[in-house]
Amino acid sequence: MIQISQLHKKFGKLVVLDGLNLDIDAGGIFAVLGPNGSGKTTVIKSILGMVIPNSGEIQIDGKSVLKKWDYRNQINYLPQIANFPANLSVKELIAMVKNLRPKESNETELIELFALTPFLDKKLGSLSGGTKQKVNIVLTFMFDSDIIILDEPTTGLDPIALIHLKGIIHQEKEKGKTILITTHIMSFVDEMADEVVFLLDGNIYFKGSIDDLKTKTKQTDLEQSIAHLISKQYV
Amino acid sequence: MFKILKYSFYDLMRSRWSYVYFAFYLALGFVLLFLNNDVDKAIITLLNIIIVLTPLIGTIFGVMYYYNSKEFTELLLAQPMKRNTIFLGQYLGISISLTLSLILGLGIPFLLYGIFMSSAIFDFGLLLVVGSFLNFIFVALAYNIALSNSNKIKGFGYAILMWLFLAVIYDGLFLISLMVFNEYPLDNFSLLATMFNPIDLSRILILLKLDISALLGYTGAVFKKFFGTNFGLVISLFVMSLWVLIPVWRIQRKLRKKDF
Repeated sequence: MIQISQLHKKFGKLVVLDGLNLDIDAGGIFAVLGPNGSGKTTVIKSILGMVIPNSGEIQIDGKSVLKKWDYRNQINYLPQIANFPANLSVKELIAMVKNLRPKESNETELIELFALTPFLDKKLGSLSGGTKQKVNIVLTFMFDSDIIILDEPTTGLDPIALIHLKGIIHQEKEKGKTILITTHIMSFVDEMADEVVFLLDGNIYFKGSIDDLKTKTKQTDLEQSIAHLISKQYV
Repeated sequence: MFKILKYSFYDLMRSRWSYVYFAFYLALGFVLLFLNNDVDKAIITLLNIIIVLTPLIGTIFGVMYYYNSKEFTELLLAQPMKRNTIFLGQYLGISISLTLSLILGLGIPFLLYGIFMSSAIFDFGLLLVVGSFLNFIFVALAYNIALSNSNKIKGFGYAILMWLFLAVIYDGLFLISLMVFNEYPLDNFSLLATMFNPIDLSRILILLKLDISALLGYTGAVFKKFFGTNFGLVISLFVMSLWVLIPVWRIQRKLRKKDF
């Protein structure tokens, strides 16, 4: 589904991605993990064309996506920080994003699920952080796309919204979608992910199932094995 | 592009600051016209205000809008759209909404005063055209600065410095050079130097239209010869358009390599 080969990216003198190779097959939930500054967001943004790599190739379904834009119609993306134009209402924002994508959408269900109906006519500037994140989630999941990329999706959500979010991610997985998630919350990874991709120093340090990871690091629980992997960086 | 333009425009049109800006021009127009009762004088006063204020407001709005909508722009960048489209849409959205505040704010009092009956209609029209150009120029310059500086404070600082340079310091340097080199023929130099500053260019353009070039002394005659003619007017408007097009072109270039 997504093939990344020999991806290099530098920000000034800082090498963030150093010849990264990654193959992601269609279908399933992939957790992209790694310590702070390991290049998780850079990989994701490169796939989306927001970061322009110094060299390397990214293909989706066998077609190069660098310098293209229409392929993004098959990707849903949830950005890390949700900040919207303060003077638009929730309804208008949803209408706007719908307007920008030539695609069917099912926002009504999602709005009800996250109990956003009372906020529809409110200005986005007056919403709390958690409510904004809910709007962000609605915007991400209202389209039917093959690839879903979630950057820290749990930020600011209350427990009920979190349960709903997990439910939606599961549903999408059942439909055969490819889902990429970055997060620092290990219980979330343990519960959701089929496969773990661990980044370190701009490269893939580990890729495989959670059980493989536990065996490799000789730990019994995911949090410990990840800590084990990260601690190598500090040695 | 028009979709982005429309939403940026709506967003700004509902912001309190657009109304404050509009109300300011409205009040200014009424006060100047109805207390002064002299259209020509009102236009000169307006000229002095517009020439300093529109660039300042354009710069501040441009920089602020860019930094405030950064995260939202990222959301847009993840949609199936070209980068150029998004930024051009935002740029036009800001410039048009500011221009609308200017034209409506000054237009309404002048209409009520009966500008169409007066011979000053062309001067007033030119004033609005120049003000609109200044909006488009300074929003584009501000966007250039903001795109080149990911640090908000730095970007803001550079933008204000840019405005200060073009609105105040440039004139100072210009005058000093005229003093220092006053033994040399400076006609062409001063003409050229004027072209390199959109604020000066606008000022001269309107002063000459108002037929008070005598105030400008000797150089005034040279300027009158150049700017006073239709040819001069066309050239000046052409240079003003370049002042819009070159920064916009640079925005497009910058975008090709920019990481978000």
